[in-house]
Amino acid sequence: MRVLILCEHESHGIRLCSRSAVAFANLVAEQTRGSVECLLLGHSVAAVAQDAAAYAPVLVADHPALANPLADRYAKVISDVVKQRGCDLVVAAATTFAKDILPRAAGLLGGAMASEVIGHEFRDGQLCFRRPLFAGAVVATVALHGRPKLVTIRPSAYPAAGVRAGHGDITAVAVDEGILPKKTEFEALQSKLSNRPDVTEARIVVSGGRGIKSSEDFERLVGGLADKLHAATGSSRALVDAGITPNAFQVGQTGKVVAPELYIALGISGAVQHLAGMKNSKTIVAINSDPEAPIFEVADYGLVGDVYELVPQMIAKLDGAL
Amino acid sequence: MKILVPIKRVPDTDQKIQVKPDGSGIVTDGLPFVINPFDAIAVEEALRIREKSTDVAEVLAVSVGTEACEPQLRTALAMGADNATLIHCDAPLDPWNVACVLRAYAGRYQPELILMGKQGVDDDFSQTGQMLAALLDWPQATFASKIEFLGGGLRVTRETDAGLEIVRVSLPAVVTADLRLNEPRYASLTSMMKARKKTIERIPTAQLGVVIEPRLQLLGLEAVPSRRKSVRVGSLDELLVKLRDEEKVL
Ligand SMILES: Cc1cc2nc3c(=O)[nH]c(=O)nc-3n(C[C@H](O)[C@H](O)[C@H](O)COP(=O)(O)OP(=O)(O)OC[C@H]3O[C@@H](n4cnc5c(N)ncnc54)[C@H](O)[C@@H]3O)c2cc1C
Repeated sequence: MRVLILCEHESHGIRLCSRSAVAFANLVAEQTRGSVECLLLGHSVAAVAQDAAAYAPVLVADHPALANPLADRYAKVISDVVKQRGCDLVVAAATTFAKDILPRAAGLLGGAMASEVIGHEFRDGQLCFRRPLFAGAVVATVALHGRPKLVTIRPSAYPAAGVRAGHGDITAVAVDEGILPKKTEFEALQSKLSNRPDVTEARIVVSGGRGIKSSEDFERLVGGLADKLHAATGSSRALVDAGITPNAFQVGQTGKVVAPELYIALGISGAVQHLAGMKNSKTIVAINSDPEAPIFEVADYGLVGDVYELVPQMIAKLDGAL
Repeated sequence: MKILVPIKRVPDTDQKIQVKPDGSGIVTDGLPFVINPFDAIAVEEALRIREKSTDVAEVLAVSVGTEACEPQLRTALAMGADNATLIHCDAPLDPWNVACVLRAYAGRYQPELILMGKQGVDDDFSQTGQMLAALLDWPQATFASKIEFLGGGLRVTRETDAGLEIVRVSLPAVVTADLRLNEPRYASLTSMMKARKKTIERIPTAQLGVVIEPRLQLLGLEAVPSRRKSVRVGSLDELLVKLRDEEKVL
């Protein structure tokens, strides 16, 4: 299969999650004796293209009209590239970037798409995908009919690809601004800069729930413990709704899906919608004052108690140990 | 202005889902169904737009599926939607099929705005709205947490991994609702009674000229068992030892 990877990037290179998409693409290309290529869209992305070329040959659509990821423009460029190059499979990491853009590209390319893929296999030579349903309580195996097929993969299911020997070719994609849709305009991006790692990329995630009563407490308890462990901070929806944490912190079915080596849930009850976003973490720790809290059923280690007492003690103990 | 709000019927999110022994589907006997929570948010937003503006002529709720979708359409009516349409289809539907049916219906109904949920909480695709926008060649604003009318178009705040993104789209447009767009109202008992008397228009899918060809075929389902240790530790010291010496994560 000819596999195209839609890469997401930040200033210095492609995002870690896109390297998981590369890993998926490499596997499928190997299994089908096919090939892989990265596609990069943006403006002034020469340096990012150099970075991407360490993983695969790169196609770059570099144009001022593509400076921001507007779905209608991006989907148009992607679908044109896919048609021109006869791609069989398009993959991206399941982030809000790809969740917005890729289904729109699929709409232009015949509709054979599956999102949030966590595994793949061949049945009678046919590529099939595994994806969770019902907040992760069930896994479905699905087949896609039509060409091209488009998928988003959960980065946690495919460990990030390493660089390969040699440098991939970088090829410019001609962008004709005249044929790009112009019904969407970018106005602003309000991002809260954090000096902590990204919650989807960190090795350890410390997450807080309604057991944490204020922003100050969140920073002191959840943030304080996270800093001791070089961890990212996350939260349940309850804290986002209460305005205590920003939206980007929400872990769960309708927030971010994380699978770190260690997930520490502080004052989180364990609603299925929250579990859907963290239950594939390698080790789960829960601290909750309610011995009956459902979070204890999915935790490897549960400690019953008040986070206001236990977390400062934990920080102090880690201080002593390190 | 006419606002079209597609509604999906999904199992109540508080329910435990069981897979049929042969893996062909889930056990639906006795399973309560609701409006997809994100679609309820879309209905609420359409109603608020209508309440604030004099040029909203109609808020129309539409479902694509079997007769079983009727109660959820009635709930949308009870919340305050003006009318409801059931586009009848007995075949299993994937996001592409629903998008194709809605495109055909939008061609006939001519809404200025299609407001829908950002994802169904049953299968979590988050594909239908985007596909529909592509098919209609309309702009889209997904994962909306705020919608403002401005200069003949919309200014939409979107929840993205990078933060809040603000975009402007011209109308007609497809907007998909995120959780924090609003808190949907409950339908009162009296409005539920009233909604029961309303006529729901029924249209067979074939009448819209859409042929249902599956793009995404379900091969089977499996329940996911939990494989956790579930150890209760008695103290912080015990926890730290476990994490350091057994799990080697500290
Ligand atoms: C459509 C839909 C989508 C949703 N998506 C998400 C999602 O993506 N992510 C998500 O997280 N939720 C989501 N939810 C919400 C979810 O159902 C729960 O309401 C939410 O996860 C609860 O958050 P919580 O555990 O922080 O709060 P609660 O359920 O209120 O739990 C608080 C916990 O803190 C404990 N506690 C209180 N004080 C202390 C203390 N001092 N010390 C220790 N423990 C304490 C309590 O015992 C309790 O267990 C969604 C809901 C719906 C309907």
